[in-house]
Amino acid sequence: MSMDDPALRHGIHELIAEYADCIDEDRLEAWPDLFADPCRYLVTSRANHEAGLPQGIMYAASRGMLLDRVFSLRRANIFEPHRYRHVVAPIRIKGVQDGVAVVHSQFIAARIMHDGVTSLFATGRYLDRIDIAAVPFRFRERIVVLDSDKIDTLLAIPL
Amino acid sequence: MSLSGITAEAAVTWPSNGISEVPFRLYTDPAQYQREQECLFKGPTWNYLCLAVEIAKPGDYVATTVGETAVIVVRGADGAFNAFVNRCAHRGNLLCLERNGSTKEFSCIYHGWTYDLTGQLTGVAFEHGVKRQGGMPPEFRKEEHTLRRLRTAELGGLVFGTFSDETPDLETYLGPDVTRGLLRVMNRTPRLLGRSTQVMPNNWKLYFENVKDTYHASILHLFLTTFRINRLTMPGGIYINREGGNHYSYAKLDYAAEDADYKAAQLRADSEFRLQDNSVVESVDEYGDQVSVQILTIFPGMVLQQVRNTIAVRVVRPRGVDKAELEWIHLGFDTDDEAMTERRLRQGNLIGAAGYISMEDGCVGGFVQRALQYNDDGAGLVMMGGHEAESQMFRASEAAIRGFWKHYRSLMGE
Repeated sequence: MSMDDPALRHGIHELIAEYADCIDEDRLEAWPDLFADPCRYLVTSRANHEAGLPQGIMYAASRGMLLDRVFSLRRANIFEPHRYRHVVAPIRIKGVQDGVAVVHSQFIAARIMHDGVTSLFATGRYLDRIDIAAVPFRFRERIVVLDSDKIDTLLAIPL
Repeated sequence: MSLSGITAEAAVTWPSNGISEVPFRLYTDPAQYQREQECLFKGPTWNYLCLAVEIAKPGDYVATTVGETAVIVVRGADGAFNAFVNRCAHRGNLLCLERNGSTKEFSCIYHGWTYDLTGQLTGVAFEHGVKRQGGMPPEFRKEEHTLRRLRTAELGGLVFGTFSDETPDLETYLGPDVTRGLLRVMNRTPRLLGRSTQVMPNNWKLYFENVKDTYHASILHLFLTTFRINRLTMPGGIYINREGGNHYSYAKLDYAAEDADYKAAQLRADSEFRLQDNSVVESVDEYGDQVSVQILTIFPGMVLQQVRNTIAVRVVRPRGVDKAELEWIHLGFDTDDEAMTERRLRQGNLIGAAGYISMEDGCVGGFVQRALQYNDDGAGLVMMGGHEAESQMFRASEAAIRGFWKHYRSLMGE
């Protein structure tokens, strides 16, 4: 597949849109299916990322770890109910090699608390390596680089 | 003592001379908050500044805060750790705007006054005026305008500072038990793995008490019980220093039995309540003493944690009566191989702002703070395990919280 292939662009856009939709519409159980297995999912800060520091705030190296994250926040962790609203744009395909597309995009995520209080919760970049060898496409790696290294209160739901 | 016009009288009345009933107004009163800055953070206490490895070479510096007060910590030309207020002696401008870096001197952007790496004023722009006009008066002496210095001390690769001449040396301040606990964890050269900051909607003390609270852990944090991780917990205990403010609690784990238990769990059919990927808890006994959890606090605002193979310094920084910042400084060691680093990163999901067994601590203080809103009469109870603040060889206790209040009351003069 070349970078200009409309099917490539469509598949990537679908995957990235489905990712935000799974989270924002509370279909979290479908979220791990968007990743290959093994995979790499990391939420970190720009400061850590640029300094080459490996530890972020949330990390998964397998689909199992993603499933455990969802199960834990459904059944174990205690926090005030809330949702996010992601806006993702623009989506740029930076390269394609060996069945993997390198894709960068930007996002803002608002947090809507159960009592209606809405605030800007996070902004940042998605740095993706997307498996395009088979349809539907899957994230082999998604690094969520937050612009700020401050998290308000807690991070329960993935970003 | 300068208290910015606020009277030094105790703003809050304690119900008794004891430490097991804590007035709620301590978490809401702005005057109390001001007094804490003076009596605790600028008082005879040791405060975490940075890792020694962050300022390895002369001129390397970190800008941070002690309580709310901006300070610079810099490695001197002689290799010493120097710390001083981040405030120009001239007009009070922030001298250092970067979070860290390396420099030969500190120069104020406002009027160009310069300071050496010890905080000594070395240069005043146009000190003698321009064409013999203006300039500083003849009695002005640069050497009389050193930046206010903090004493510093280093232990286990951690650098501390204190504003007070009264503070005993660091190891005396910590006491022998807490010194031993710190050196147990920091027994190699640390390597920074990452950092993040959690902004908490509550008074700083609610978090510091939470860390000292061995009673809540298995009740608030349901992760381990939900996933039926058989902790096979063996004896643990709490050590508290004489003044009360420093402590560590620990619990041992039968690592081999836990490993066998996982393998058995993988064979069970009732799979819903087991982890799909055990690597988040798969740990090695890296200290060789079976201690799987050690939580250590240093009054007034530092935590050193070992939770399995996650090592972190946490620093609580007050940011107003109902706001605090909690910085997580995640560490590995110079001896770690790739597998050890990966193990620490995977277990890192247990801790921090998104931690399976810590995220609740980010919100529970806020719930307390909200409940206290215009509802702060009376006092809370910290009587689990008695009324004293002594070391105990069990953990269903609030002794370490009482220790905090013992030290707090003595420094606040309450």
